[in-house]
Amino acid sequence: MIRVDSLSKRFGDFVALGDVSLHVPAGSLTALLGPSGSGKSTLLRTIAGLETPDGGTVHLDGTDVTNVAPQDRGVGFVFQHYAAFKHMNVRDNVAFGLTIRKRPKDEIRDTVDRLLDVVGLTGFQTRYPSQLSGGQRQRMALARALAIEPKVLLLDEPFGALDRNVRTELRTWLRRLHDEVHVTTVLVTHDQEEAMDLADQIVLLNHGSIEQEGSPTELYDTPASDFVMGFLGPVVELDGGLVRPHDVAIALTADHDTTEAQVVRVVHLGFEVRIELELAGGSPLTVQLTRAQAARLELEAGQIVFVRVPEVATFAAGGI
Amino acid sequence: MSRIALRLTMFVYLGLVLIVPVAMVLVRTFSPGLGAFWSSVTTPAAIHAFWLTLLVAAITVPIVAVLGVVAALVIVRTRLPGRRLLEVVIDLPFAISPVVVGLALVLVYGRDGWLGPALASVGIHMIFSVPGIVLATVFVCLPFVAREVVPVLREIGDDQELAAATLGASRWTTFIRITLPSIRWGLAYGIVLSTARAIGEFGAVSVVSGKVSGKTETLTLLVEKRYQNFDSAGAYAASALLAIIAVTTLLTMTYVQRKASRQ
Amino acid sequence: MSTVSITPGRRPRVGRADALAAGTTLLFVSLVVIIPLAAVATKSFSDGFGPFWESAFTRQARSALIFTLWSSLAVTAIGAAFGTLTAWVLVRDHFPGKAIVNVLIDLPFALPTIVAGLTLLALYGDAIAYTKWAVLLALLFVTLPFVVRSVQPVLLEIDTEMEEAAASLGASRATTFRRIILPNLAPAIISGSALAFARAVGEFGSVVLVSGNVPFDTQVSSVYAFKQLESDNVRGAAAVAVVLMVISLAILIGLRVWERRHTISERTA
Repeated sequence: MIRVDSLSKRFGDFVALGDVSLHVPAGSLTALLGPSGSGKSTLLRTIAGLETPDGGTVHLDGTDVTNVAPQDRGVGFVFQHYAAFKHMNVRDNVAFGLTIRKRPKDEIRDTVDRLLDVVGLTGFQTRYPSQLSGGQRQRMALARALAIEPKVLLLDEPFGALDRNVRTELRTWLRRLHDEVHVTTVLVTHDQEEAMDLADQIVLLNHGSIEQEGSPTELYDTPASDFVMGFLGPVVELDGGLVRPHDVAIALTADHDTTEAQVVRVVHLGFEVRIELELAGGSPLTVQLTRAQAARLELEAGQIVFVRVPEVATFAAGGI
Repeated sequence: MSRIALRLTMFVYLGLVLIVPVAMVLVRTFSPGLGAFWSSVTTPAAIHAFWLTLLVAAITVPIVAVLGVVAALVIVRTRLPGRRLLEVVIDLPFAISPVVVGLALVLVYGRDGWLGPALASVGIHMIFSVPGIVLATVFVCLPFVAREVVPVLREIGDDQELAAATLGASRWTTFIRITLPSIRWGLAYGIVLSTARAIGEFGAVSVVSGKVSGKTETLTLLVEKRYQNFDSAGAYAASALLAIIAVTTLLTMTYVQRKASRQ
Repeated sequence: MSTVSITPGRRPRVGRADALAAGTTLLFVSLVVIIPLAAVATKSFSDGFGPFWESAFTRQARSALIFTLWSSLAVTAIGAAFGTLTAWVLVRDHFPGKAIVNVLIDLPFALPTIVAGLTLLALYGDAIAYTKWAVLLALLFVTLPFVVRSVQPVLLEIDTEMEEAAASLGASRATTFRRIILPNLAPAIISGSALAFARAVGEFGSVVLVSGNVPFDTQVSSVYAFKQLESDNVRGAAAVAVVLMVISLAILIGLRVWERRHTISERTA
């Protein structure tokens, strides 16, 4: 369990964290989400002790660790660029934390082999980091962090430097790993899809403070601000409110709550069909339909249609 | 210019300035015969100069190596005020004339210097003795290690060191197991350069040593003395000895560079 | 994105160990470098500014300084041109024995300067001994590696695609060199040349024998200072030493300022 109280941190004039408080339940997987410069990495590094806060406290499992050195916090930290020990092979990398604790050789070997099996690197023991792909290096780094049986696992944009395909694959794999190991995990990411896919709890940061925290569905369905709504998925503006493109309904006949629009273009993207419209005032509007919905409407460019937004789906704020 | 013309220009340039002159020393040295060479490098003065030169290098190089690494760490890995000043100061000996170095040390540690009398009262004599030679050599060798290690430290970044810290490694453990292996080839290159300079330093040493044969005369000073005494065969022989050391250094440098670039 | 991040706060905090290490280093460097250099300055001004100026720029000292600066400048220019050419051949050309030539470039760094001087005497002997040519040649020898070694890695980094692009746009080889390659090499040539110049100005070991130390002719400043010291004119030696120090410091600091400004303008570009 991690508890952070009124944490603040400045770099010169730049406020990285302004009075942030946070609770991460034991065994959960929490994502710190936000644009670059939002303070999410600083928050993570402060939890690990790699950064000293200007004010506030950090508790790990009920103990105040604010002034404890990173060496003694018992956290596993995974870096964006792997931080692989280049002069050591995979086995020595993973064994590092145990070797410096002078554990018996047999125990170290067994632990390393078991962890390499968990991360799917069995047989790579004697390879060097330079002989591994990015994804493999990151899995090695994860095994290395898990070897010291950390109280919490902290991941700083762990998949940020990887290809899209590898990223998706590692994501699924990390989720499964977490379900097996159950170590309290905090993940920093700027990718909302990654956060929604992986996390039990999302903490959305902006300009050094928390905009909203909650489950992925809470944040998606009941965003606390237009920033949250805009960050978690595509939005369009209609009648002065923000709305998700898939929440806009299209009808062929007018009703008391509809707005008139003209179809500009129909784009078929496989399962999804994107309808580009122009409203009466001339402003554009994009609507997402499923294939079946689009087929039923038989829309084509130039056609006049009527759009309607369900009440619950709007977020009435003044633009983004 | 065509490729061949460029290549030829380079060869003429290097030939005139570098290759032919060095070859000539060897020719001059060995033309009186191997026996003459051998007897002039085995006189008591020459043997003493040889060992003194090695002794000075053996004391100097560890000092500048440790200092260079510490200074590089301070410059790259801390935010201490004054680290930029340190960076400039440690580079300074690179640009300062050896004569100035010698003079500067005499003015502080000499008989009438700032610290000389105080040291003399406790029985330490720096100038015109071996400690002074070591001090002068440390001065001129100071930049090499730091200059090689600083860019390597910048290049590798501190991710690996931070990772080791989160895994529970103390600062010392991190230094020994992570930092030192990462900078080892840069450090080795700096050490080789320092060694070459320590063995070959002439100007600064010539000012502080007093040039007492069999006491404070290093190999380079011996070369000069023999030349001034019109014993040019003897001067060439001692030079050849230094040149052999230089070539060995050069080969070591090449080996270290290869290793470093392969890393 | 580069793996070497320079975001603020990426460095570990300042601990006691840091301060101790920095303190020790600074103390040591002070004892070996700063205090002695300060002593030189103090000594040279011990009788006031007037006497300092007089001994720093006596007719003989002035002549030595002018010759030192001119010869250093000439040697730097030759070294810049031929050093760049050598680096170019070593990177782009292929011929048997290239590896050996590449190793030989470092020889002036490894060979003691006194040996270098003797070497040149051995070769060119009476023809040039004790002339200005001998001094030039000696300086050329000791400064040879500077430009080659600073240009070589940059040339290795410049990918040939840039040159191919220029060629495809119709640039001749000369134009490509002048407008594409040279601007990319310029920083390395300048920093290598600056170090070579600083070295040449202060050089002693290789010129002390070959120059013959003829006043108003082949005498350079470092040798002049040495002779003053030998004839017990310590303050005179210190005055010349201060002039040499000012030149070295100006070059070193100028180079650092220029490098910083250069990298900043590159980063913001």
